[in-house]
Order: sequence, then structure tokens, then C-alpha cells
Amino acid sequence: MTDSKYFTTTKKGEIFELKAELNSDKKEKKKEAVKKVIASMTVGKDVSALFPDVVNCMQTDNLELKKLVYLYLMNYAKSQPDMAIMAVNTFVKDCEDPNPLIRALAVRTMGCIRVDKITEYLCEPLRKCLKDEDPYVRKTAAVCVAKLHDINAQLVEDQGFLDTLKDLISDSNPMVVANAVAALSEIAESHPSSNLLDLNPQSINKLLTALNECTEWGQIFILDCLANYTPKDDREAQSICERVTPRLSHANSAVVLSAVKVLMKFMEMLSKDLDYYGTLLKKLAPPLVTLLSAEPELQYVALRNINLIVQKRPEILKHEMKVFFVKYNDPIYVKLEKLDIMIRLASQANIAQVLAELKEYATEVDVDFVRKAVRAIGRCAIKVEQSAERCVSTLLDLIQTKVNYVVQEAIVVIKDIFRKYPNKYESVIATLCENLDSLDEPEARAAMIWIVGEYAERIDNADELLESFLEGFHDESTQVQLQLLTAIVKLFLKKPTETQELVQQVLSLATQDSDNPDLRDRGYIYWRLLSTDPVAAKEVVLAEKPLISEETDLIEPTLLDELICYIGTLASVYHKPPSAFVEGGRGVVHKSLPPRTASSESTESPETAPAGAPPGEQPDVIPAQGDLLGDLLNLDLGPPVSGPPLATTSVQMGAVDLLGGGLDSLMGDEPEGIGGPNFVAPPAAAVPASLGAPIGSGLSDLFDLTSGVGTLSGSYVAPKAVWLPAMKAKGLEISGTFTRQVGSISMDLQLTNKALQVMTDFAIQFNRNSFGLAPAAPLQVHAPLSPNQTVEISLPLNTVGSVMKMEPLNNLQVAVKNNIDVFYFSTLYPLHILFVEDGKMDRQMFLATWKDIPNENEAQFQIRDCPLNAEAVSSKLQSSNIFTIAKRNVEGQDMLYQSLKLTNGIWVLAELRIQPGNPSFTDLELSLKCRAPEVSQHVYQAYETILKN
Amino acid sequence: MIHSLFLINSSGDIFLEKHWKSVVSRSVCDYFFEAQERATEAENVPPVIPTPHHYLLSVYRHKIFFVAVIQTEVPPLFVIEFLHRVVDTFQDYFGVCSEPVIKDNVVVVYEVLEEMLDNGFPLATESNILKELIKPPTILRTVVNTITGSTNVGDQLPTGQLSVVPWRRTGVKYTNNEAYFDVIEEIDAIIDKSGSTITAEIQGVIDACVKLTGMPDLTLSFMNPRLLDDVSFHPCVRFKRWESERTLSFIPADGSFRLLSYHVSAQNLVAIPVYVKHNISFRDSSSLGRFEITVGPKQTMGKTIEGVMVTSQMPKGVLNMSLTPSQGTHTFDPVTKMLSWDVGKINPQKLPSLKGTMSLQAGASKPDENPTINLQFKIQQLAISGLKVNRLDMYGEKYKPFKGIKYMTKAGKFQVRT
Repeated sequence: MTDSKYFTTTKKGEIFELKAELNSDKKEKKKEAVKKVIASMTVGKDVSALFPDVVNCMQTDNLELKKLVYLYLMNYAKSQPDMAIMAVNTFVKDCEDPNPLIRALAVRTMGCIRVDKITEYLCEPLRKCLKDEDPYVRKTAAVCVAKLHDINAQLVEDQGFLDTLKDLISDSNPMVVANAVAALSEIAESHPSSNLLDLNPQSINKLLTALNECTEWGQIFILDCLANYTPKDDREAQSICERVTPRLSHANSAVVLSAVKVLMKFMEMLSKDLDYYGTLLKKLAPPLVTLLSAEPELQYVALRNINLIVQKRPEILKHEMKVFFVKYNDPIYVKLEKLDIMIRLASQANIAQVLAELKEYATEVDVDFVRKAVRAIGRCAIKVEQSAERCVSTLLDLIQTKVNYVVQEAIVVIKDIFRKYPNKYESVIATLCENLDSLDEPEARAAMIWIVGEYAERIDNADELLESFLEGFHDESTQVQLQLLTAIVKLFLKKPTETQELVQQVLSLATQDSDNPDLRDRGYIYWRLLSTDPVAAKEVVLAEKPLISEETDLIEPTLLDELICYIGTLASVYHKPPSAFVEGGRGVVHKSLPPRTASSESTESPETAPAGAPPGEQPDVIPAQGDLLGDLLNLDLGPPVSGPPLATTSVQMGAVDLLGGGLDSLMGDEPEGIGGPNFVAPPAAAVPASLGAPIGSGLSDLFDLTSGVGTLSGSYVAPKAVWLPAMKAKGLEISGTFTRQVGSISMDLQLTNKALQVMTDFAIQFNRNSFGLAPAAPLQVHAPLSPNQTVEISLPLNTVGSVMKMEPLNNLQVAVKNNIDVFYFSTLYPLHILFVEDGKMDRQMFLATWKDIPNENEAQFQIRDCPLNAEAVSSKLQSSNIFTIAKRNVEGQDMLYQSLKLTNGIWVLAELRIQPGNPSFTDLELSLKCRAPEVSQHVYQAYETILKN
Repeated sequence: MIHSLFLINSSGDIFLEKHWKSVVSRSVCDYFFEAQERATEAENVPPVIPTPHHYLLSVYRHKIFFVAVIQTEVPPLFVIEFLHRVVDTFQDYFGVCSEPVIKDNVVVVYEVLEEMLDNGFPLATESNILKELIKPPTILRTVVNTITGSTNVGDQLPTGQLSVVPWRRTGVKYTNNEAYFDVIEEIDAIIDKSGSTITAEIQGVIDACVKLTGMPDLTLSFMNPRLLDDVSFHPCVRFKRWESERTLSFIPADGSFRLLSYHVSAQNLVAIPVYVKHNISFRDSSSLGRFEITVGPKQTMGKTIEGVMVTSQMPKGVLNMSLTPSQGTHTFDPVTKMLSWDVGKINPQKLPSLKGTMSLQAGASKPDENPTINLQFKIQQLAISGLKVNRLDMYGEKYKPFKGIKYMTKAGKFQVRT
């Protein structure tokens, strides 16, 4: 007598048989037949052919039969729209039934029939049901509006159902309120712009009252809706928090998490000094811990959210480390999440416990988990300095186990530890080298190669080790190839005598035999560096590396703030804002945490303070007038001060842009073949023009590259001009230009002998000048200059000579002597060779200085016909040591704020106005402020020269 | 909101589908099957799976995957909680929740699911309301229905559906009025090699079985309510009373329900009632290993520990085990490498032990991982946290109910590392 018999009727003619039964006179037989039909439907069989016969059974007072027919209708009406019309009459009649259950059922079912023709008939009954005396019918009707909206949004708006729905928010029955909120939220989601849920203190109050009385699911809807509200001050926020807090003790974890979201968001508005703030923090911990004792699926979602909460407010769970310890039979997805949170909570106080646990995990069975545990040990070492030694010894113990994947993971993290604590744990290198052969994963190989290269001077057989990798160079992954290239160059620079052959080999492998542009370009860079200037190469390749940060995978603060607003949603599970993954078409409104505002008593005029205004934490820097400084301040401090300040991107930008600019000059004036005599310049062909940041190379690779190129700043170099014509100097022609590279200025001279006799004994001297420019070395012309011969000389300059103000300011008087005579000439040098590398001013400094310099020192210039956008401008300027500190967009114009410093310590501040996207208007406006206004004119000329070349 | 539900058995067949909005093709489950394949074990299938147009949220219970399909941003906990509620409801209706039982009652299942959600919004999830709408099948009712032609679908609006006490219907009548409360505490603990406690916490619940006539109003007070600082209540409990007086005041649901669950965390000292002495050694290069464990009582407050069961997942290298228990029975499955020892009661005078040898794969190196020992036990008449009910009072009704309170302590996830 069970329903499973319905599953077994698979024989042919089944439909036919059912048809006969459906049309039977006997009620019981009919019902049995409908049941069979439903059963077939649930297992996915197509029984749509029976549509008319089933609909015929609809007119009945047997409620079960009616429901069964309704079930059938909902499933198949769409495929048989014409037939479905037959059912309309019964629906309309049922909507008038004295039994509220039947009225509700009818309106509910009608909404589920997604056929346009039916929806037309639905409007009248729905309107009645929305005002029904029975709350059960009203709440069902509320949901029906959402259904109808999904089918035909226009119809719902035209019929005014949305307003009726809004009225239901004030209904006397909490369940009706909850359903109305749910329906409105769903409709609002497809119309993000519409202001459906217009929340005000009155409606909030109603929602809070309903919150206490409605079902658990209704509570979730209401809480999620509350989270979208922004209270007007901290008072209101606190009173809402007080009324939401009891929800933390609900047995339904979704209610708890939605309540946590509301509290986390509104807490942002409360002052930290408030007693209530501390109380609230304490109240948040227990419910979060309790979520972890639920079923694993719930734990997973809870853990993903706790991960966000821990990043935003670590103080909440700082004492709860132990609940995140992993049980061996937790599902893997729970284990990995727990591990992540353990690291985030690790501190000096609990590190011993954490390490003991991690070591335990590293011997588990699950490979993924073990790997992550080993990695976690490394992260502990980097995060908690006091534990570093212990971590390293733990990792060494693990390496001794010789379990392949453990060893590889351990080597990867030890590399990071070396980066964080240079020259501290090198004693372990020997142990690492023993395991060289067992490494088969690219990341581990790359890490090992990095270690060998970095500490080449301490590893006796470093060359042998690296050579062993070189054999299968082309089979390695890009990551390993890049690392190997860098490591061998490092090795060469450290032990040049015995490794020349090796470095030649790797350079030719990288540049000639490889198709990978990253690898090839890096090969060329090294090659040219080595052939041009081995000293510079050393400075570049062996430059001191920036320390790595403590936590590498923290979520960026603005994103974190946005995600906090999405606690409990899918966004919080993916750690991405909904705009990143919700299907297109449905726009998503960005949410942000409310700013901390004081209540009306504590500020004098709260009405005039807009919500986004900078909080009064640093009143002394905020200028009264809304001038440039104010704007700049807005730029800097505008975002609500919550959590750490926003990371500025300009720092990283510098390095990448320099790569482009620096390289151009590196390629451009390459003095051929005068570097180390052992080097042949690389083939000039196939040097790709674009050398952006290498794509897909590992982080460690980037460090090598960017830190190196970062110091290799090359200013714009003007083409050589004739300074001393031959006819004035008895046959000696001198042309030249000035360059600035890697912080040093030089005068590039070209001497041509146009006389008929050999010239020897060259010497050079400068007259006193405005910036104390003087030759740093004697002029060296090695061989006598025979007739019609030309020699190129780069004369290094310094700025420590005696100073005398010249007119014009950049005038330089030079005397050149040879065996024939002494010649005098004068030249004007471009001011940008005097712009130093550390000319980047701190933002705050900039603001203060700009304010400090009197307005009469400001000079205005126009740079005509310069069709560049802001990015191009700032990268061009940056390569000549003019640094962009901030960028702002005002009414379609880009404003760049820049600073530069001269060799004698004079700061020049600049504001550059660009109008992008306006082809007819290509002039740039430049305002310069400087304590020595006489340099402005020349700085302007430098700007013009740089930008136009 | 929740779009569709698919029920998938362990062999990967979809045996039931239900759609609350438009029909979603069952091919969407292919993404689930992919994930299932990647996860070696059913327990490890991730609960949230993105697909190009939908999200699949699943729970795995009773060897069945309950997979919900959603299309818009919906709180995942809401969906997962709901799925668990579905499973609980099936269990409540049919006694067990299994594929054959669901198939046997497919029409009731379908009717129940239809009542639980409307357009993806939860409609009626309280078991007493559902049971008024759709009566659970019993043999008697089936027989009666067949004879009289009546149905198992209620035709009246359930009284609880809209009242302020949705968990209770009006007009409840019993001849024997009884109220029983079970205080059940589970100890979750991790004990390390040396026997010291790494973490220990107590998950406690108070389950009620209340069969009282009319609309009784109950008050339950504790001797030591301060133990309860992290609690989750059934909606019937008046939160304000608890905040101010630390007593539970409520109009109970009819029948069995969970009144309260609580959590006593690691900060408070959690007593560990048993200890395990172990000596498990794998020797390199030898094909035999030694295995010995002894279980004994620790802090039991003078009560007997019973229902002791020891299980351990042995490393892959263990081919077989030859063991002798001092009491109880043991089994070792050479395929799954699962050792289980049903110990029974612990007699403090004669501690139960299990000794013997393991035969290891010849030539293989020492296993990387040490087995973890899983322990189950029960202690009657004891709440290990020390929680004690002071008194239970009833207001609002005239009769005198029969009251009873039972305590029990169990092992939850109790693991001993070796």
C-alpha cells in the first residue's frame, strides 16, 4: 500500500491507462490516478499529455485531490497555455470560498502558473486577497505579488500592487509584515534603482516590533532589510542594536548570522568609548562560536563569514582560538577554513599552541590539508616574529620526514621566511640543498633556486646546483625559468670569475631559444645591464629587497567594508562583492558601512554635516576655505575613517612605469661594446617595444625585477647639440647633451677631430655656476684623436662645486683644453637633470608646504599641444623624477599634484591640469609653487621638454 | 529564494525533484556530480557550488544529498537551515529518512514540500502546523482512508499558523498530563598524545516532551544559571525574562521539541570523564607493530561510564590486526582499515584493555600519520557541566501535571591523538 508502486509502472500504454482512470466516475480511483500522475512527474517523466484529463478533476470538494491537481497545473501550465485557461474559472471561484485555506491556496497556485493569459485574470482576485480579512490570505497574497512581478513587472506597477504591498509593512500581523518585506526585497533586487523599501524611523520601528513576533524565516527577511538602513545618528544605531541583540540567541543559525550583520554594520557608527560598544563586542563572540557546533555545511558558511569578521574586528574572537582547532573527521572544506582563521588569530600569546596544532596537522592523511598546514607554519613565522625560530625548526623537522609534498611546501615557505628575516636562518640552507632532487613542483623548484641564487656566496657548490637545473631548461615552467635566469645572474655578480660560461649559457637560452616574452625580455635586460655597466647591474640585481608584509592574503579594506555589509550572503562565502558574480542585467548597488557620526547633542550643527564628511578626528589639517587644499584633503581623508587607511596605488605604480621609461633610455643610448670586455652586446633584433610588468611570473620574480628597475631611473635625454663648432676651435668639434641615470648626472660628449693633426691631452673645466655642477672625474680620452675620428665620452658630474648665480640660471661655462689650445664655450643645461630620485613628498607634507608657500610665489604656465592623458603624463614625468602625489578628477579635468626636488634641496610643487577626451583642447595648465620662484621658469621648460619628447 | 530541490542518492541518481518557481532542468545537477567526483568522499562535497546561472547548496544526511538550486543572492545559511528542516520533517513524518521511505511516500513528500515553501519563501516549517495540514501516514489511517474515502489533507486552516504562539495549537487535550525534560550534554574534546586536554567544550541541550492540556505557561529555573552564558532558545522562550531573572518562561510547543541548546566553552573548566592509555608503535623495517590501549575513568563524579565504544582509522599500511580485548568485542575491517571495539561498561577495578599486534605491509616505510582514537561513551544521571534544574512550575491551567527531569552526558566528537 505504498506510493512506491507508482514508480514501477513503466510499461507501454501507461499514459493511456491513466487517462481511463482519470476519467473514472469513482472518486477514489480518480485520486489514485492523479497520485500516479504526480509520482511520474516527480521522477521527471513527461505526463503533460494528460493535461485536460487532470484539469477535469479540479472541480472537487476533496481538498487533497484539488491540491494534487494544482501541483500538476503548476508544473505543466506553461507547456499548455491554452488548456490552462480552462482552470481560470475554478481559481476565481475558489478565491471567493468561505474557507481561508482554499482562498489562500487558489491565489497561491494562480501565481505559480506562469502563463500571461492567466495573469490577466489574476489581478482582481489578488487585489481582493491583499485586503482579505484573514491574515493568512493576506500573507499569501503578498508573496503572490512578487511572483506576478517576476512574470510581468509592468502589470504589477500599473495595477498599483506595489503600493498595496508597501502598506502591508504596517499590517497588524507580524507574519504579513515579514512576507511583505520579503516580497519587496525580492522585487527591489531586480530593480536596484527603485526606492521600494523606503526605510524611515517609523517603518523601522514597525519592523523591529514585527521582528519579535514573526517566524524564524520572517526574522531573517526583516533583519536583512534592516541591514540596508542607515540610522541618522549613533543613538538610533544603538537603539536598533539593542533590539536586535536578542536574536543572537536564536536556534536558527541564519537568524543569528543576519543579526550579526546588522550589529557589525551599525557598530561602525558607535563611538568606541561607549560602554555599550564593549558590551556589544562581548555579546558577539558566543553566538559565533555556537555556529561552529552546528552541522558541517552550516559551519562552512559560518567560517567564511567569521573570516571576514576576524579581519574587520579581530578583538571579538581573539580569545576563542581553540574552537577553530581541527577535528580529524571534519570535512575538508571545514578544515581548510578553520586553518585560515587560526592564522589570522595567531598572536604571541597563543603561538605555542597554534604551532603544536599545525605540526599535528602536517602529519594528517589529506594532502591538501597537510600542504596548507605547512604553509600556515610559514605564515606564523612571518606574522609573529618571536615564533620565527620555533617555526623554522618545526619546518626542518617536517623536512626530515622526507614526505615529498611536505618537503616541497616547507621549502616554499622557508623562502618567504628568508625574505622576512634576511641573514638569520641561513644555517638551514644545507638541509634544504639535500632535498634538491626530490623537488618536482614548479613552485618548490623556483623557491629553491631563489634561495641558491640569493645566498650563492655561502653555498660552495651553488654553480653546480644551478647548472643541474639548467640542463632541462626548456622543460621547466616559466616560473622556474625566470627564477633560474635571475639566480644565475646573481651568482655571476657574486662570483664573476668562475661562472661566466654559465651566465652566457643562460642568457642565450633565455633570449634566443625561448618563445616566452617575459623570459626573453628579462634576459635582454640582464644582458644589456651586464654589458653596459656591471656595477649598475649589481646595484639592480642585488638591490636590497623590500620586506614582505605580514599578511599576504588580507582582503583590501574597502572590499572588506563592503563585504561586511553582505555578511550571511553568497558574497560573503565567495569573498567577492555581488557585482563580481551576480548575473548581468540585475544591477547591484554597492553597499558601504555607515560613517561614524556623533549624536545631535555632541556636535553643534549635525544637520549641516553630510554623511560622508570627514570625521572631526584631525580638525587641525582641515582648512576653512574650500580651495585646493580642502579638495586634496577630501581626497586623502574623505572615505570614512574606519579600519586602516586605504592603500595608495601610486607607490607600486612608480616601479612599473619606470620600467617603461627607464628601459627606453637604456636601449636608446647604449654605448656599444664598452662594458665588460667579455660581453658581446645582444642581438639588437626582436626587442619588443612593450615591457609592462611581466605577466604570470611569481611574486618573488617580480621582486627581483621591480626592485631592480626601481632604482634605474632614466630622465629624458635631449639629442646631442653642437656646442663648439670646429671653426671656432681649430678643428675640434664638440657636441653633447646631459643625462641623468640611476641618480648620477653625466655630460655625454662627442669629440670630433676635423683638423689635420692628431689631438691629445684633453682636459675639461667648468666655471662656477648656479647649482655647483662640476666634473666628477677628469676627461679621459684614451687614445690620441686622429684626424676625422670621433670619440664618445660620458663625463660624470657632481653638484659639489662652487656656486655662483648665473644668468640665465642654467647657464654653464665650460673650458676644454687639448694639445693645441684652450677653448671656451657656454651651454644651457636642462633643469631636469637636477631632479633627484627622492623628490616624492609625503601627502601631508605636500598639503602643508603648499599652504605655507606664499601665493605670490606661484607661477602659471601653459604647455601647448600636448595630447596626453593623465597616466601618460605622470609616467613620463616620473621617469624624470617628477612624482605624482595625488590625482583628482574635477568636472572632467584631471588634476595632478606633483613634487620634485633639486640637487640643492629646493622643493618645487606643481599642479597640472589636463583635459582628457577633449581633442580640441590639448593645452596643459601648470601651476608651480616654490620658495625660490626664479627656478619656476626653468622647471616649466623642463616639463615642456619632457612632455613633448 | 529557493528555486528547486533535487534529492540525489549515493549512487548519483536524482530520485526526486521539486520546483517552486519555473522548472530548472535537472542537467544543472551535472555540476554537482562533477564536484562529487572531485571530492573523494561524500562528506567532502562542498556545500556551496557555483554554476554559470545558478548556485547549488547542498546538505548530506542519511546518505542522501539534498541539493537546493538558487538563482539570486540568498543567504546560504537560510537555505542550508531550511534543507536541514526538510530532513527533520521527513524524519518526523516517516520515522526514518531514506530513499525507499521517501519513494514509498512520494505523494505525501510532495505535498509537504509544497506546504513548506511558496515561491521559494518558507511557508510552514513547524512540524505541528505541517501535521495539521498534511497528516502523517499511519497504517490505521491508510486503512481508514481506503474504506471511507477521506483524505490525509486537513481542510481547516491550522490554528498555529497565525497565532502569536505558532508552535502550539489550541484545544490540545490529554488524559495524562506530563512534562519531561532531558538535559543532555555532549563533550567535544581533543586530547593530545600525552593525555593533556587541547580543547574541550560542552554542547548541551534541553529536550522537552510536553503533553499538557490547554495553554499551560511553564517556568523552569536552574540552581546555577550562570553556567549558561551562550544559549540558543526555542522561539517559545521569553527572552526578556531570561535576561532579567535567568529563568525560562514559556508556553510549550505540543509534543517533543528542543527547548534550549547551550555551549559551555573552553574558558570554563570542562571535566574529562575518561582517559585512554595507548601504546601504538610501528617499527621500521619490521612487519609487526605493537598495539595496546586501555580505557579508564577520570572525573566521573562517582557515576559509571557505559556504552563505551572505541573506533580508530588505522593507517593504510596496516594489513591486519590480531588483538585480544579484556572485555567486549572488537572488529577490524582490512578494507576500510577501521578498528572498532565495543567496550561496554568500565569497571574501575578491572580496566578494559585491548592488546595485540598489527601486521604491516612488508617493506613499506613507517606510516606518516598516527591513528586518532575516537571515543564514545554515556554517563547516566549526570550533567558534566554541573547544570541542575531547580524547579518547574506551571501557571494558566488548573490540573497538576506529572513532571520529570533526566540528565545524561555523552561523548560528542571526543578524539584522542596518539
